[in-house]
Amino acid sequence: MRAFQILIDGFAISALYALGATGFTLIFGVSGVLNLSHGAIMVAAAVAAWAAASVLGVGTYAGALIGVGVALLTAFATYFAVVKPIQDSRRIPNEEKEIFVLTGTLLWGIMIQELIAYFFTNNAKTVLPIVEGVIEILGVRTPRNEIFTAIVCCLVIALLWLLVNRTRTGKAVLAASMNPRGVTLLGLELTNIYVVVWAIYGILAGIAGVLLGMFLGVSSYSVGPLTASAFSIVVLGGLGSVSGSLIAAFVVGYLETLTAYLVSPAYRTIPALLLLVLVMYIRPQGLLGRR
Amino acid sequence: MSTFFTSRLFFISLALVVIAATLPLYVSGYVLGLLTVAFYFGVFAMAWDLLFGFAGEVNFGPTFLIGVGAYTAGILNAQFGWSVYACIVLGALASVIAGLLLALPALRVRGPYFGLTTLVAVLMLQNFIVVFVDLTGGEIGLTIPDVISIDAGTNYWIALGFMTISAAILYGLSQSPIGLVLQASGQDPVQAGALGFNIVKHKLAAFVVSAFFSGLSGALLVFYFGTASVGTVVDVAVGVNVIVSAVLGGRRTVLGAALGAIFLIVAGEFLRPTGELATFIVSAVALLVVLFFPGGFLGAALSREART
Repeated sequence: MRAFQILIDGFAISALYALGATGFTLIFGVSGVLNLSHGAIMVAAAVAAWAAASVLGVGTYAGALIGVGVALLTAFATYFAVVKPIQDSRRIPNEEKEIFVLTGTLLWGIMIQELIAYFFTNNAKTVLPIVEGVIEILGVRTPRNEIFTAIVCCLVIALLWLLVNRTRTGKAVLAASMNPRGVTLLGLELTNIYVVVWAIYGILAGIAGVLLGMFLGVSSYSVGPLTASAFSIVVLGGLGSVSGSLIAAFVVGYLETLTAYLVSPAYRTIPALLLLVLVMYIRPQGLLGRR
Repeated sequence: MSTFFTSRLFFISLALVVIAATLPLYVSGYVLGLLTVAFYFGVFAMAWDLLFGFAGEVNFGPTFLIGVGAYTAGILNAQFGWSVYACIVLGALASVIAGLLLALPALRVRGPYFGLTTLVAVLMLQNFIVVFVDLTGGEIGLTIPDVISIDAGTNYWIALGFMTISAAILYGLSQSPIGLVLQASGQDPVQAGALGFNIVKHKLAAFVVSAFFSGLSGALLVFYFGTASVGTVVDVAVGVNVIVSAVLGGRRTVLGAALGAIFLIVAGEFLRPTGELATFIVSAVALLVVLFFPGGFLGAALSREART
């Protein structure tokens, strides 16, 4: 009984983590950018969906769409206003661009967080779920919304896999992650590929944010923890490896759920952190990462 | 090094310190209190810059070193009743040991991985503090019975003196041959190693020095605040402020980091009337500096001087 509950809850959480971390790792894999405004973009999506559905009353579907749209716009803003100027800057030496992108996106994330807190307060907001009610699975009372979350996450990840592996654009993205110079030699504009990747990222982060808002609720305080969890999942799986992130998301998701149910919710994040430290020492490139 | 004592930078710094030292004669205790905190933060930022600007290692967890120093001093004083000065010394030592424990394995990995290891160290420390609530006071914080002094002027002078001495040592170190080796190993570790320098030993030394000053400053700050809490000395947000200060003031300048920290704290206070937007404005200004003046305040000033 309890085992099934852990199995079901853990799956939903893990799927959500996986979706949140996939976009993050995709951007790192393709353009080497660690986007520390990740949590802020997810929260912006959730808060926009909440505001549209609960305050303006446009309905849950339209609200969710608006949330994803806001995430997409924020992701583009992040790329064009923060990341691209730093990458193109001649005054910043190449070997220091990484730390500048980290600092820049971090500050940008704080700005988004503060704006959200200013206009929508710090209170936790729960987005109206698209599906309501509970059903019994294997004797466990499960909110339908939880199932919906898990299904949407899996579907979106499957779509992403198809996009990357089966379409021309996807193959260009894949090629850019392997050898950016080779891609330019083939006559593809690298900037266009980056824009596509940031668009994919924005949509993924938006969907993850809106689902998170329906499932657990968000507030502007969630920004930091969300970025940190995506960061640790991605490092655990291996920076830039999408399949590694998926595995790591499930490892972290189930570890957290197990700890929360069997030990105490207060210790929820500790085993995952210990595992992360262990992996860093034994296999610093992560589970599936390349050196 | 010898040219430094005749350089313009030296005279400007000297003049600033002298002016700062006379402040308690004519400004209110409120301003002094604010600057006291800013000076301790300045030391955090300078210690961080030694590691980043010179050794080329991005330490995302400055608050791990600060927090260990602060909490060791706080716990020894509050739970075991040790004297203030013993606590401060032991806090700094604990921070050095923690720095060694962190650096020995962490220096094996590079770039973002090193950064992440240090970030995880902060999260672990934070969890440790929350879990061992009897010892550490948990999320509420630890109340420290003793303080160094209750006089705002004395506290201010201690902080200013501490920052000036730290700045002199850290700056001197960064300009010394050791600093040059550090800089070389940060920029091209392979070549620096080929020249016969033991890179790991130098980086470890930089880490120990950085840890010592972070821990010492953290311990002093705890005895100034009279409390140690996650929110003031351990939280990732505090570490972010330290990093932003150093980048804002000008990385690889050491002294600029202190300027950045003072600016950040004073600006945050000035903007308090704008309410919740204060953090937004400070972050926005910092982002603009990062985007348009990547050398930071001091970097921009120094490059102008170099051009003329």
